[in-house]
This record gives sequence, C-alpha cells and structure tokens, in this order.
Amino acid sequence: MTTLELRNVSKKYRIRGSKEMLALDDVSFTLESGKTIALVGQSGSGKSTIAKIITQLETATSGSVLLDGVPIPRRGRALRAYRQQVRMVFQDPFASLNPYHTIRHHLERPLRLHHVVPVAEIDAEVIRLLERVRLAPDLVERRPHELSGGQRQRVAIARALASRPGLLVADEPVSMLDVSIRLGVLNLLAELQRESNLGVLYITHDLATARHFSDEIMVLNSGVVVERGAADDVILNPQHPYTRQLRDASPNPDVLFAKTKGASRA
Amino acid sequence: MFDEELLTLDDFSVTYEVEPPVEAVRNVSLSLRRGEILGLAGESGCGKTTLAYGIQRLLKPPAVITSGRTVFHDESGVDIDINSLDAAALRAFRWDKASMVFQGAMNSLNPVLSIGDQLGDVFEAHRPGMSRRERTRETGDLLDLVKVGRNRLRSYPHELSGGMRQRVMIAMALALRPQLMIMDEPTTALDVLVQREILDEISQLREQFGFSVIFITHDLPLLLEISDRIAIMLEGRIVELDTPEHIYRSPAHPYTKRLLESFPSLTGDRGAFIRDGEPAGARS
Amino acid sequence: MSFFLRRAAFYLFTAWAAITINFFLPRMLKGDPITAYLARNQGKVSPEAIDSLRILFGLDNPKPIWQQYIEYWGSLLSGDLGVSLSKGLAPVSAVIADALPWTLGLVGVSTIVSFVIGTGIGTFIGWRRGSRAEAIVPIATFLSTVPYFWLGLIVISVFSTTLRWFPASHAYSKGTIPNFSFEFIGDVIYHSALPAFTIVLTSLGGWVLGMRNMMVTVLDEDYVTVAQAKGLSPFRVMYGYAARNAVLPQLSSFALSLGFIVGGTLIMEMIFSYPGLGLRLFEATLAKDYPLMQGMFLVITLSVLVANILADVVYAIMDPRSRQEAAS
Repeated sequence: MTTLELRNVSKKYRIRGSKEMLALDDVSFTLESGKTIALVGQSGSGKSTIAKIITQLETATSGSVLLDGVPIPRRGRALRAYRQQVRMVFQDPFASLNPYHTIRHHLERPLRLHHVVPVAEIDAEVIRLLERVRLAPDLVERRPHELSGGQRQRVAIARALASRPGLLVADEPVSMLDVSIRLGVLNLLAELQRESNLGVLYITHDLATARHFSDEIMVLNSGVVVERGAADDVILNPQHPYTRQLRDASPNPDVLFAKTKGASRA
Repeated sequence: MFDEELLTLDDFSVTYEVEPPVEAVRNVSLSLRRGEILGLAGESGCGKTTLAYGIQRLLKPPAVITSGRTVFHDESGVDIDINSLDAAALRAFRWDKASMVFQGAMNSLNPVLSIGDQLGDVFEAHRPGMSRRERTRETGDLLDLVKVGRNRLRSYPHELSGGMRQRVMIAMALALRPQLMIMDEPTTALDVLVQREILDEISQLREQFGFSVIFITHDLPLLLEISDRIAIMLEGRIVELDTPEHIYRSPAHPYTKRLLESFPSLTGDRGAFIRDGEPAGARS
Repeated sequence: MSFFLRRAAFYLFTAWAAITINFFLPRMLKGDPITAYLARNQGKVSPEAIDSLRILFGLDNPKPIWQQYIEYWGSLLSGDLGVSLSKGLAPVSAVIADALPWTLGLVGVSTIVSFVIGTGIGTFIGWRRGSRAEAIVPIATFLSTVPYFWLGLIVISVFSTTLRWFPASHAYSKGTIPNFSFEFIGDVIYHSALPAFTIVLTSLGGWVLGMRNMMVTVLDEDYVTVAQAKGLSPFRVMYGYAARNAVLPQLSSFALSLGFIVGGTLIMEMIFSYPGLGLRLFEATLAKDYPLMQGMFLVITLSVLVANILADVVYAIMDPRSRQEAAS
C-alpha cells in the first residue's frame, strides 16, 4: 500500500520583478494504491503544476508532499526510493523518448538504476515489460522514430512501470494520440492499474475519459480545487457552476439525440 | 434551404510524389450545398487537410492533384472550374469566394504584423479601389463583429489569447463575405469553454451571412452537434456520408463505428471503455 | 518604456565595465610607456625631456590608483585619451579621428552593400526554392569559406599587378591633399575598389545563405499559407510575410558585423595599406604604443556596444514580440 498525500500545497510563480501568480492555492488530496483520481481542468488551471511538484520538477511554495507519511527527501538514496515509487507518463510520446536510444536502452535504464532484478535477468525483464504493454518483443532493438505514436506511448508506460512503482502520474497521456487508439491506451492503463494495484493520478482536460477512467474527479480552476467527488457524481450531477460550465461546453451527442428521439446508442 | 449546390467535387485525387508515392486523397466525389455545414471527420493522415488545401489549390510540391474537377457554383450563376483558373484568376477567387480558417491560430497570424494590417491586406488585394479610411472602418467593423473589438486593430498576435486569435481569423475569413469557409481544426488547440464560444460564434455568423462551411476535425462528437451532414474519411476516401443522426444511430461503415466508440460518452454508458474488468455499464 | 530603460541600464553597465577594464589592463602590464618610448628613441631624448614626459604621463609622483581612476574618467569625458608615443606625441583622439573615417567609409559601405545584395539574392532563391536559382547556393557556400586576405592577395595580383586596372594600396594618390572635390572623391573610390570588392565578395555568401535558409524555414509557416490563401499577390507574400520575418535574424548578425568593422579589418588594411584603424592598430602594436592601443581598444569596444544598441533598437522596431516584456 502506497500513499501520496499533498497537504495544503500552494505554488507561487514570480513573474517579472515583484508580480506574483498563484498557480496552486491550498491544494490537498491523497492518492493511494488501487485508486485512480482524475485531475480535470483547462490549460493554466494548475494541473500540470501539481504533476511537476509530485515529480520534483518544481517545489511547492508552501505545504507538503508526503509519501507514506514521509516528506519527499531532498537527495540521496531516499530520493531515489521516492522516484522508484512515483513514476510519470508524459503527454508527448515524441519528446519523452530519446531518439538516439533503442527501446531496450529506455527500458533497461530504470531496471539498472533501481536494481529491480538481478543483472542476469534484465533482458528477460525488458521483454516482460513489453509484453505487459502489449508490444511485440521484437521491437526491442528499434528506435523511437520507427514506432507509431501509440506504440511509443506504450513504451513510455512500460518504462514508467519498470521500477515497479506504487503510483503513476499520467499527464494527458493520450491527448496527442490519434483518436482511435486513445481508448486502447487508456484501457491498457486501466488494466495495468488493476494488475499491479497502482494508484494513478490521471491529468486531463477531457471530462468523458475522466469519468470512465477514474474513481474520483477533482476539478481545478485557477489553482483551486472547486469540486471533488465520485467520478459519476461530479459529471452527472455537478455542484459547482464551473464544473457545470465545463460539462455543458463539452460536445455530447447523447443528450443531443436523446432530445430528438429519446433513444440511446447501443 | 440546402437544395442549391455550391461546390461539386468529382473524382478528386491528390498524390504526394515521394518514394513510394502516397495517394493522400483518392477519387473523392462530394457536393456541398449552399448554406450547409459539412463535417469532415477523420484521423491524422486520412487526407482531410490535403483535401481542403486541394480545393483551394494550396498544395505545394510534392503534392499533385492527379485527377478530378472542382466546380464552384457562384451565386451569380457562373460555374467556376477551380482547377482551370490561371494564377491571377485563382488569386482573385481565393478568399473572395472561399476563405479558410486554419488549425492553430497561434501560427496562422504573422507575429510581426498588426492585426489591422493582416485584415487590411485582404481588402488591399481584393478591393483595390478602397481608400485607407474605408479599410480601417471595414476592418474595425469586422473585429467588432467577432467581439474582439476595433480597439485591437493595432495589437499584435502575441498580445491576444488563443481564443481571440481564432476570432481574428474568423473575422478575416469573413472579410469579403465569401460563400464558402473551409475550417481546418479551428478549435482543436482551444480549451473546451473557449471552443464552445467559437462554435457559437461560427453558427451565429453562418445564420447571419449564409455561407457554407466545410468543418474539418477529428472530434466526431463535435461534428455530430454542429454539422448538417458528416463525411467520414479513411485513407484518402470518404467511406460514409450522412446526416449526424444517421451516423450516430446507425453507422454503416465499420470505421465509423470504431471512430464513434473512440469517444466515450460523457453522460451515457461506458461503451467500449473497460475498467476493473467489469462488464460495460456496471459500476461498483 | 521600462523595457528601454532596462536595456539602457544594461548598456551603461557594460560600457562602464569595458572602460574600467581598459583602465586596469595596461596598468597590469610590466613597465611603463616612458621606458618603452625611451627604449625606442635611445639617446635621442634629453634628461629634461624625460622629466617632462614623466610629468605629462603622471609618473613623476605616483598617485593612489582610485585617484588615477577618477582622473582617467575626467580626461575621458573631455575627449582626452592621452598622447601617442609612436606618432610624435600627437593626441590619441586625433590619431583615431584621422583613421576612423577611412575604415568606416570603406568597410562600412562595403558591409552595407554586401548585406543588401546578399539578403536580396537570398530572398529570391529562398522564395524560388527548388528552382534553378538554387544553383547559387553552392557558389555562395564557396564564397563564404574563402579567407578574405587570400582573396585580397589574388585580387591585387590580378587586377593591380597584372592588369593594372586598379591601385593596390592606399586610400588616395600620393601627393594629393584630402578635400571634398569631385576629383578627390573619385580618386578615393578608385583606390577603394579592390578592398571593397574583396570585402563584399567574401561576406556576400554568408548573407545569401543566411537569408535563403531563413526564407525556406519561414515559407513553411502557417501564416505564409494563410497569406497565399488570402489571394495576396506573390510579391506581397514574399515581402510582407516571408522576407519580413526571415530578415529578423539577419538584422542582428548585420548589426554585429557593423560592430566588428572597426576592429575586424586589421588584416585587410594591412594588405591594402589602407590608412584606417586596423593599420594604425597594427602599427601601434609593433611600436608598443600603449596609449594609442588603449584608445583603439576603447573605440573598438564602444563601437561593438553601439552596434548592439542599434541591433536592439532595430529589432524592437521590426519585431513587436521583442517589446513584449514592456507590456507586462
């Protein structure tokens, strides 16, 4: 059981001299194994700032981030242990893999770094990882540019899983993929999540996948969590006007055609 | 309202002459009616943008139009064969009869020219008799029309938000009151609230001015909502063309079905989305 | 406006730093100018003259360094850069003022001509990419790799030594006195033909390639396609949308090359014995004429600085995005 807690986290950015921008305002939530939380908001809402704070690319101006009750260590072995537990999948599968290295290299590195398996078993583990993300083992000597966007994102997921983390932060993991393969990647993430009892923070601007993919939804607006609750409740019965606005602005053919004939899609 | 034809595409094909050649658009025949919004849905690489550029003959080498006729039925009663226009006639045709709104308003505007200049040169090119004062008045009116406001005439693109920039592009597309607007992913880069505003703006302007729209996007739910008819494009071909309701309720082509299933329902059942190994629709 | 104030503050600081380094550098060198001067004129200087020289250079009674520093600033602001030891104790400022117009005239004009022609050609072949005009590209690449002193020597041997069409050296015919008559100006142009030709030819390739590459990049931008879809004339698209944007990086390199005019032509002026700053600097270095060298370095540093300011101003005018900071 792994638990990541954000306690009263705020983040201020200094913009040109004395001006400040509050990117996050007193955000608190707990992510734990086996649960998926969707973080929903428009660009500039602060959702990526949360991801950056969790993954140590930024530090919170105030508040704390606790892994199993312990603050994020600043350096050394403890920090490596934190990074082994909390992994990230990025939005852009083209930018997140180094074009000069083979898929094998990408998957081997975290295995060696975190001593996941004995050195002799690394090769076998790489193949196992590829199989887990439903990729053919013979892709292992390829380089990222020889793969499709969907395949690349699967490699990125396999890389994130290599260190056998307890928690996964997925920042818009499918928004740059072609629509017809998005669901496949999300379904894969859902399966992996169940298999490994992962805790997933799913960051997205898409309400529909947020609803189906997560247990809980948090709606972020200008750095403030305006609404949170069970996924279905937040979408089907939003309480905050902003959530309602977001929902009503999203194209929704079901409502459109329900009005005209009352039937629904099979 | 939609019985009159505005644009007829007949056996239209485009090939990228690289090694090996890529047939990006294959034998597309299509007729667009006056005043209608035709949605063109497909994924990246399906040829939808190539088709749009092809209509305006904006393709650059190695793209070559290998077959087909594109006829524009002008409101004056004259039929214009776009493919046979010479360079000068083509320039006169562009924007005046058919304008475009491009993907990514970020890059559609020249960063070093003011909004007013970029709106104004449409008039400079197409209405050479217009005085500078008239031009300023017209461009100002356009910005008022799309609710950007004429006080932005002297602004530069980077001083506007993404939504504002796309409004400027729409104003620009509207400048000569064209009969056709081709919109290529006009709202893709925008947040959902801004997208909604832009869509409302487009449908209101269409009502006011009666132009036809070819609306290109991968976002099928959006098209279902705004289109009069939808064409589904796959590998350069139009595999299905029907009203949104038919597409939604009884998609004929398997690809259309797949595309529909790719968008989980916001408020309805789970559809193709599997979670926790539960059967679709059930939830603990 | 705060943008311009910030830039101004930055340049004032840089200027101060440059001038201050210019003050300390010669003081860190071994020996003093008088010793060097005496070594050159052994026995020719009487003891009284030595004493007065020491007084002139402030060496008779060493002052604390901060006081020297303040006096250095004082004389600097009144245009006094000291006296040159190798030019018969003429004021350094006069020596520089004498040489500067020649350098600015020859190299400045050549640089501008080269920039204008090169950018023009680059615009054209970038616009017509894929056409036969592209044949210019390898030629331009070749030109940009030719060392200018080498080309200078070839030009001299062909057009001066062999064909005797143009003079190989000096800025004007010996025996004439500089004045503003047509005759004299014609003579100057005649003398500058070969060095100017050399400078233009060797720097042309860089401008052509730079502009052509930027054009090709900019032509792929969406706004160029939009401009074409708008039905604008090719001329308007090429200038208003493509070249207008492609020229921006060219402008900063242009301003920088203007800055290097003063300092970067040493070899060129040596080859053509052109009486500009480069040649003077060369002579001053040979003669260990520290005051003159110091003055020259100051002028060179300041001219680079001025060129940078110029680049900033032009950029701010041409590219509204560079003024963005001012808005926030």
